[in-house]
Amino acid sequence: MNIVVTVKQVPDTWAEKKLDAADKTVDRVSVDNVMNEMDEYGVEEALKIKEAHGGEVTVVTMGPAKAVETIRKALSMGADKAVHLTDDALHGSDALQTSAALAKVIATLSPDLVITATEASDARGGVMGALLAERLGLPQLTQARKVTVDPGAGKVSIERLADNGYALVEASLPAVVGVVEKINQPRYPSFKGIMAAKKKPLTTLSAGDAGLDAGSVGLAGAGSTVVDAQLAPPRQSGTIVKDEGDGGVKIAEFLAAQKLI
Amino acid sequence: MAEVLVLVEHADGEPKKVTGELLTLARSLGEPSAVFTGGANTYAKAKAYLAEYGAAKVYVAESDDVAQYVAAPVAEVLAKLVGEASPVAVLVAATADSREIAARTAAKTESGLIWDATAVSPELVATQGVFGGSTIVNSKVTKGTPVIVVRPNSTAPVAAPSSPAEVTVDVAISDVAKGAKILDRVAEAKSGRPDLTEAQVVVSGGRGLGAAEHFALVEKLADTLGAAVGASRAATDAGWYPHQNQVGQTGKTVSPQLYIAVGISGAIQHRAGMQTSKTIVAVNKDPEAPIFEFADYGLVGDLFNVVPQLTDEVEKRKG
Repeated sequence: MNIVVTVKQVPDTWAEKKLDAADKTVDRVSVDNVMNEMDEYGVEEALKIKEAHGGEVTVVTMGPAKAVETIRKALSMGADKAVHLTDDALHGSDALQTSAALAKVIATLSPDLVITATEASDARGGVMGALLAERLGLPQLTQARKVTVDPGAGKVSIERLADNGYALVEASLPAVVGVVEKINQPRYPSFKGIMAAKKKPLTTLSAGDAGLDAGSVGLAGAGSTVVDAQLAPPRQSGTIVKDEGDGGVKIAEFLAAQKLI
Repeated sequence: MAEVLVLVEHADGEPKKVTGELLTLARSLGEPSAVFTGGANTYAKAKAYLAEYGAAKVYVAESDDVAQYVAAPVAEVLAKLVGEASPVAVLVAATADSREIAARTAAKTESGLIWDATAVSPELVATQGVFGGSTIVNSKVTKGTPVIVVRPNSTAPVAAPSSPAEVTVDVAISDVAKGAKILDRVAEAKSGRPDLTEAQVVVSGGRGLGAAEHFALVEKLADTLGAAVGASRAATDAGWYPHQNQVGQTGKTVSPQLYIAVGISGAIQHRAGMQTSKTIVAVNKDPEAPIFEFADYGLVGDLFNVVPQLTDEVEKRKG
């Protein structure tokens, strides 16, 4: 199995995230950046499939130079090699542009399986799996809480999360699989893994190297523009009451006063 | 007036409340055209509802192909209608399925995409709360036909009865869109409760519940209030409640009239998924819990005493 897994470096989940004052893109400079937490599930699933069926796992990311830290993490978890698409011209690309750029890179790798996470914790679009499937012309197996690959039959099936259960979805390989949180237990990189990661092949591509038209990428070519942005007024704390044995009644009285019951 | 396409959100033909919300919003932007996509003979159940909420036109795309494959067929239908009707915008609900359909539609029509809008002005400026609602962004699509994914509970649905013209869509789905075949749909949760993202009232449980079986307290209160049940990540990580019900930074974002947090500390992970709720009530035994910094009403106490008492009191007041 030739498996590609996409990852993204994002501001730390626990950091207060902000927009850059000048160009209204996500501020990635004043915060600690980490591998998108959800992507750890994607990398783990790729590694599990490789361990079960053999093959190779290639990590693909698009992002600034320092996103190489996130690549190193995926490699130290056990991925075999990586491609880093990085270029100042790509800064400010929206999800549609990013999907087109990633698809171009991924296509050159001829994968059997492309694995993504459901969403990144900064933009929270939840659309990259669908967009990669669209761009690559491959079946879309997203929202997967369980993945079963049958390389002999050339099939992959998933349990696709639904509001009150799941749908069983099947496709022929190659396919795009999007995994949800909790599908597995992502491993921690071992010391050996961290050392080995330093020697694993890493290809760095510019927009031009990837065959991307400079005019179509980046903030200027994005499909939407920010008119204005401001911090939301902080929510004020309301009435805090200590339970004196009638706490439930007190809440009911509050709800009644607010006409909520 | 130019058309505004609204993708009908439904369960086996029964429209969901968000469809009425989107049609109400669409009426402020142009002439609302509902796009119904579903399996054979499912439209009949939606017809009266779409007329009640003022659809001027309904595009009916009934075909087992659109029901049996993931996302791609509906995106083909929408993209085809964008080409034919030249609408000013396409509105879809911010559900897991529809946001994927919206994204594919935007890609096919080389259009800009905005997700999780909570308002759209007549000039098509969309408002989003990003980073869990801590920053408010107004933005505008600059390319193609704006495809806007709108959060449930953003617009109050207002009926405006109409007699929509029905247009049958010739559904010819390409082979490439039939890649991911749905073999079976399995219901696990006993339903009857409202959808988490659509609900007017949400009761969520967290670490303070201590065990899966104690979620019964949360469910009982929820059922008394006609509410949906949510869970914090700590609770779903512990396996006490299904992942589908997770509210937070990872998980669902909800914005109900009333949110009751039971045994949830309110760290940023959870806050990001619920802080735009109209009224927040919290029960937690730790007076230092961050949730008390932004709850409208906070009760510091033992949830095992407070929640059953609250349930009884609500029941009593319902008379």
